[in-house]
Amino acid sequence: MELRQLTALELGAAIRRGEVSVAEAAQAALTAIEAEDGALNSFITVEGERALERAAQLQKGVKKAQSPLYGVPMALKDNICTRGVKTTCASKILGDFRPPYDATVVERLSAAGALGLGKLNLDEFAMGSTSETSWYGSTRNPWDPERAPGGSSGGAAAAVAAGLSWYAVGSDTGGSIRQPAAHCGVTGIKPTYGTVSRYGLIAYASSLDQMGPVCRDAADCAAVLDVLQGRDRRDATSLDGDYGHLLESLSGDVRGLRVGLPVDCFGDGLDGQVRQAVLAAADVLKSRGAQLVELSLPVLEYGVPAYYIIAAAEASSNLARFDGVKYGWRAQGYGDLAELYLKTRTQGFGLEVKRRILLGSFVLSAGYYEAYYRKALQVKAVLKGAFDEAFARCDLLLTPVAPATAPRLGESLGDPLEMYLGDVYTVPANLAGLPGLSMPCGFDRQGLPIGAQLIGPHFGEGRLLNAAYAFQQETNYHRQTPKGGQRT
Amino acid sequence: MKITTELIAHISQLSRLFLPEGEQAAMAAQLERIVDYMDVLSRLDTGDIEPMSHVFPVRNVLRADEEQPSCDREALLANAPARDEESFLTPKSVE
Repeated sequence: MELRQLTALELGAAIRRGEVSVAEAAQAALTAIEAEDGALNSFITVEGERALERAAQLQKGVKKAQSPLYGVPMALKDNICTRGVKTTCASKILGDFRPPYDATVVERLSAAGALGLGKLNLDEFAMGSTSETSWYGSTRNPWDPERAPGGSSGGAAAAVAAGLSWYAVGSDTGGSIRQPAAHCGVTGIKPTYGTVSRYGLIAYASSLDQMGPVCRDAADCAAVLDVLQGRDRRDATSLDGDYGHLLESLSGDVRGLRVGLPVDCFGDGLDGQVRQAVLAAADVLKSRGAQLVELSLPVLEYGVPAYYIIAAAEASSNLARFDGVKYGWRAQGYGDLAELYLKTRTQGFGLEVKRRILLGSFVLSAGYYEAYYRKALQVKAVLKGAFDEAFARCDLLLTPVAPATAPRLGESLGDPLEMYLGDVYTVPANLAGLPGLSMPCGFDRQGLPIGAQLIGPHFGEGRLLNAAYAFQQETNYHRQTPKGGQRT
Repeated sequence: MKITTELIAHISQLSRLFLPEGEQAAMAAQLERIVDYMDVLSRLDTGDIEPMSHVFPVRNVLRADEEQPSCDREALLANAPARDEESFLTPKSVE
């Protein structure tokens, strides 16, 4: 059995049946990481010894396993706190920070029998769309090492696509799960805001941040999300809900499902091959009984500016805590406390992080607050209203994830505004707190994966996952692997 | 709008970041381009729409008033760049 070809659920089933030991699975992943990740750079920290110890421990409980993911090795984006394990946010400023506690998602995963392989690369503080702003160097796209994997959860998407981990948990503030999933040909979902506890996720923009799975297919995403979702008293924005039934609800039946196609998402600025692939995905759903509904959401145009104002504002406040006093790295050669802060932050943060902190300080500062920050919050209200109206006419929306396939390394760094504009299709779901899913729907002429996005109403994860599940029963894009392989 | 190097110096100060003079002009130009683009928002009439901070109704979240242990002091201090037995160490900040 080629373990690396299995989905997380297939591996979990093989472990439960006793065909594969947890240690064999862990060793297969660690061997692959050792051999291949030097070139890919998807991991910042590999916890090999800890993983093998955990595997031995988990093996003893296999017979009593409850979760279908019991014993399946996985990895975490490195902005998620893990007790005693270096957590960097891909920033110099966090130094050798080892959190004294686990994030709630880590506790939930541990309780389900997950086995952590290590921590995955990202854009510094999740600020970027290519994973190139990492202090630990760029992650490469497994489909073409000269290209970026997308970002900010680029390490997560690359590791899952390359078969180094069966699934990963990433975070998505403006598309950071969905866009790298699209660029690497894997499936990812950002759930409804408030359904996954943010406790222990190092904050970028708290009103937009949400964690979610990056997987090989929709069924795996459903299984992982069943573990992650739940009310948590340690996150005051966490919501009550009827969680834990996503996997069992997958039927593949989309008859009568109204799929909205916002014309605004298929116009200027969209690569022709991406347009064609996403529209073809709509036809696949139609062939299984879904109805296609054309609609117009002109307010989406205001998503990117509103998003970057709100995200930068919150970032400038959230990142005030990194000052070289309580944890992380501290600059040398300071006279007084003010100079300690100034030198540590100036030398500790990278350029993109500084740019967003400055932008955030600007939009919040006296004289500009009304015109920018307050205005952006009004636009957010308008956007939320427009989505509410759209979901009266359709059950979910289908759009591209990104305007083009994965960019060449270095191509996006010179022009921050161009990079921000690439987030046009993903940021609206964050602003409105909606669930958004990214699934592979084709390849361009260079063989690079193309992603389609499904956006649903609040608590619409089940609907999105079921539509993606139906699509994946009909297609095999999600089974393709880099270097011309195909999973069975 | 024009982002001057003086404005960059001001917001750098607010952000506790130092940009050498050479970098200020480049940052000013980049932010000006970004802020100019953000001005498209002024095309959308938002009139008296209430700014939305949270997409879900926000309510106060309280827990029962019960004693619970907080994080262990040694575990917290273990990450400090400079510390003694019981506190974080910084340069003197009050006279």
